[in-house]
Amino acid sequence: MSKEGDEKEVCPMSESVSKDIKLIVFQLNGKEYGISVHYVHGIEKVQHITRIPGTAQFVKGVINLRGVVTPIIDLRKRFGIEECEYTDLSRIIIVALDDIEVGLVVDAANDVIDITEDSIEPSPDLVGVEEDEYVKGVVKVANRLLIIIDLYKILDREKLKVEG
Amino acid sequence: MDMNQYLEVFIEESKEHLQACNDNLLELEKKPDDMTIINEIFRSAHTLKGMSATMGYDDLAKLTHQMENVLDAIRHHTISVTPELLDVVFQAVDDLEAMVNSIAEGGDGKRDVSIVVGKLKMIETGNAAYLEAQKEIAAAAAVEEKTAVQIDYDEFERTLIEESHEQGFTTYEVSVALRDDCLLKAARVYMIFEVLEKQGEIIKSLPSVDQLEEEQFDKAFTVTLISKENPQDIEKRVLNVSEVEVVTVTVVSPLAIASNTSAMMQSQSTDKQEAKEMPVTQPENTLDSKQKSTEPDHNKTGTGGKAASKTIRVNIERLDILLNLFEELVIDRGRLEQIASELRNQELQETVDRISRNTGDLQNIILNMRMVPIETVFNRFPRMVRQLARDLDKKVNLEIIGAETELDRTVIDEIGDPLVHLIRNSLDHGIETPAIRKANGKSEEGTVTLKAYHSGNHVFIEIEDDGAGINRDKVLQIALRNGIVTEQVAATLTDKQVYELIFASGFSTADKISDISGRGVGLDVVKNTIENLGGNVSVDSMAGKGSIFSIQLPLTLSIISVMLVEIQMEKYAIPLSSIIETAIIKKDEILHAHNQKVIDFRGKIVPLLYLKDLFEVPVVKEESEFVSIVIIRKGEKMAGLVVDSFIGQQEVVLKSFGNYLTNVFAIPGATILGDGQVALIVDCNALLK
Repeated sequence: MSKEGDEKEVCPMSESVSKDIKLIVFQLNGKEYGISVHYVHGIEKVQHITRIPGTAQFVKGVINLRGVVTPIIDLRKRFGIEECEYTDLSRIIIVALDDIEVGLVVDAANDVIDITEDSIEPSPDLVGVEEDEYVKGVVKVANRLLIIIDLYKILDREKLKVEG
Repeated sequence: MDMNQYLEVFIEESKEHLQACNDNLLELEKKPDDMTIINEIFRSAHTLKGMSATMGYDDLAKLTHQMENVLDAIRHHTISVTPELLDVVFQAVDDLEAMVNSIAEGGDGKRDVSIVVGKLKMIETGNAAYLEAQKEIAAAAAVEEKTAVQIDYDEFERTLIEESHEQGFTTYEVSVALRDDCLLKAARVYMIFEVLEKQGEIIKSLPSVDQLEEEQFDKAFTVTLISKENPQDIEKRVLNVSEVEVVTVTVVSPLAIASNTSAMMQSQSTDKQEAKEMPVTQPENTLDSKQKSTEPDHNKTGTGGKAASKTIRVNIERLDILLNLFEELVIDRGRLEQIASELRNQELQETVDRISRNTGDLQNIILNMRMVPIETVFNRFPRMVRQLARDLDKKVNLEIIGAETELDRTVIDEIGDPLVHLIRNSLDHGIETPAIRKANGKSEEGTVTLKAYHSGNHVFIEIEDDGAGINRDKVLQIALRNGIVTEQVAATLTDKQVYELIFASGFSTADKISDISGRGVGLDVVKNTIENLGGNVSVDSMAGKGSIFSIQLPLTLSIISVMLVEIQMEKYAIPLSSIIETAIIKKDEILHAHNQKVIDFRGKIVPLLYLKDLFEVPVVKEESEFVSIVIIRKGEKMAGLVVDSFIGQQEVVLKSFGNYLTNVFAIPGATILGDGQVALIVDCNALLK
């Protein structure tokens, strides 16, 4: 027991140098976005979505996720990007934040990459995208520019009321 | 040592034991001489003491210890059971409950118990001071004479020995000495006990079983055994247990014991520590049945409580997950059935049929697992009624019928408070004081009957009292004063309608506000709570004879019967509980009144609600010239929901949307249909507001 404790004491040293983050990469309107794997519970193919009347525009409805009725948010609509038909590539990323579990519809999700926390640049102005307020930062990986989204803002329930 | 992992178990078990104490104390009040009950209470208290001491809750242990002393004195007839004594014991149990609850809520379980402890001490010493002294002497003596024990028997044990002697059994004192180098003394003791129990019944041991288990003995102990075997056999069998050095079996004659009566008082010191070992049967039983009933106890003491667990506790969340997964299985089963019927392979078909049957059974089991007997709610009422009756100076007998009736856990959790309110109401306003009852030619003791039973898809709970009944004039007077009804309306009301007025908000019939039921919250709260559960409550009364409150509840909140309907391409589920009937009418039968489409339904004008418009359903299909209508009702209000077609009636599992989507208008949740799709459930009450 004591030995393990000792090792833990040493660990923070190396951690402070660079914290590794795994990102799930997804596409939306030709741009690449990243979300920490920490929030992602799964990626599903698009299945039948049951519409719920009287909710915000971006709430597509609910799906049956292994017996749990899960709300679905269309991320294009959430970001104010024009809607498009779902394709075979479209995916639903199931994310969980605190006690909320929802699915986010994206154009495609096909990559997982590792980055370090300090490589995230907090400069959304440079990107110049419509979804400014939901962006946490950007990260450059090789030639790719990934936009890190802010899940707290996306899942802000106040938005449900305003737009609903 | 980290106790956290045991805390939950401790709390649950403590609650169980306290409940047992409560129940048995009430029982004891009725039958003060029944030793079985005392022993049960003693056992609960003893276990509680042990547990709380282990967990480090000193106040809890201190109080239980003192309670135990009093119970012990009752057991030995040095104190007799009186209502006053029970009041103090009940008070102690209340304090214990408060402490356990405090622990459950994350507190430290500390509480000033000195007053109750003091009272208990007074009871104990007041009548049994000499006993205390005797005990100490005897205890000291017992320690000194450990190896040369002369077992003393109390009255009960002597009766037992005498009776079994008459039936041809012999009583032996088996003295066993273990080898000096014996390592696991407790284990050996257990083995020896097991051997002995196969040959007869152990009625006593010295040192007590508890002490033996905790290895609080040197190397020798003596056991009193009632058996038909001969002494040599017993000796041989015990010697077969390894690490046993000497075994002596001596025959005890009932006469010898009888002459030993003078030593009886001393024996009580050892009895006290033997709570667990005390046989719980009554002397008039036959030996065979005694053996059976005491056997579990022996097992328990021998193996550390293994025998007690017939049930396990499962977090309800886990059951929900199980149910969710199971539903997926059902959906897959549906697909499998479809594939099998397409392929027409006989073997496949048979296998799928079997799966279907088994999943059907499984479904019943899973749904039943969530059912809990209503006993869990009812069992706190006897105690409450007793206390209330004493507070109000009334004599009340509570009868409970159908406590085994099962209800879904979700309903059980909600129904407690409304019932408490109604029972308080019956006691406070219903049952008269003994003097009035006598004057009216009734027995002094009033009766409140609490009855639960199943009927169809509902559970009914009735609270009936044989009190004064509801006074129509008084109710009307108050209703008029508080503006609940107008004079004109009041004159036309039937008796029953008048009684129902007591459920109106802002109503209280008590002349003076008592702290029993007149707390400002009226019966309207009860009505609301029950209606929110999807049930309803009604009242009926006979002046001078009593009143009866009937509650009707759904069996479960999570499974509801619905009518599935189609609106364009979407499916919705309308709870059957709101539906009066369905109808298909021609378009030209729809009438217009004040910009509102209505229909003439059995002579009544019913407004139509187009779900298509209300729910903004995308239109893809042509409308036909016939209109399907679901007539719904809430109270006096009615409406016709216009849908495209009826699919049929179905039992579905109600599911919420989780924490993200809350407060969706008129849609409280959804359900998953057989094909895996989600259908929304319509809240008719919201539509009718």
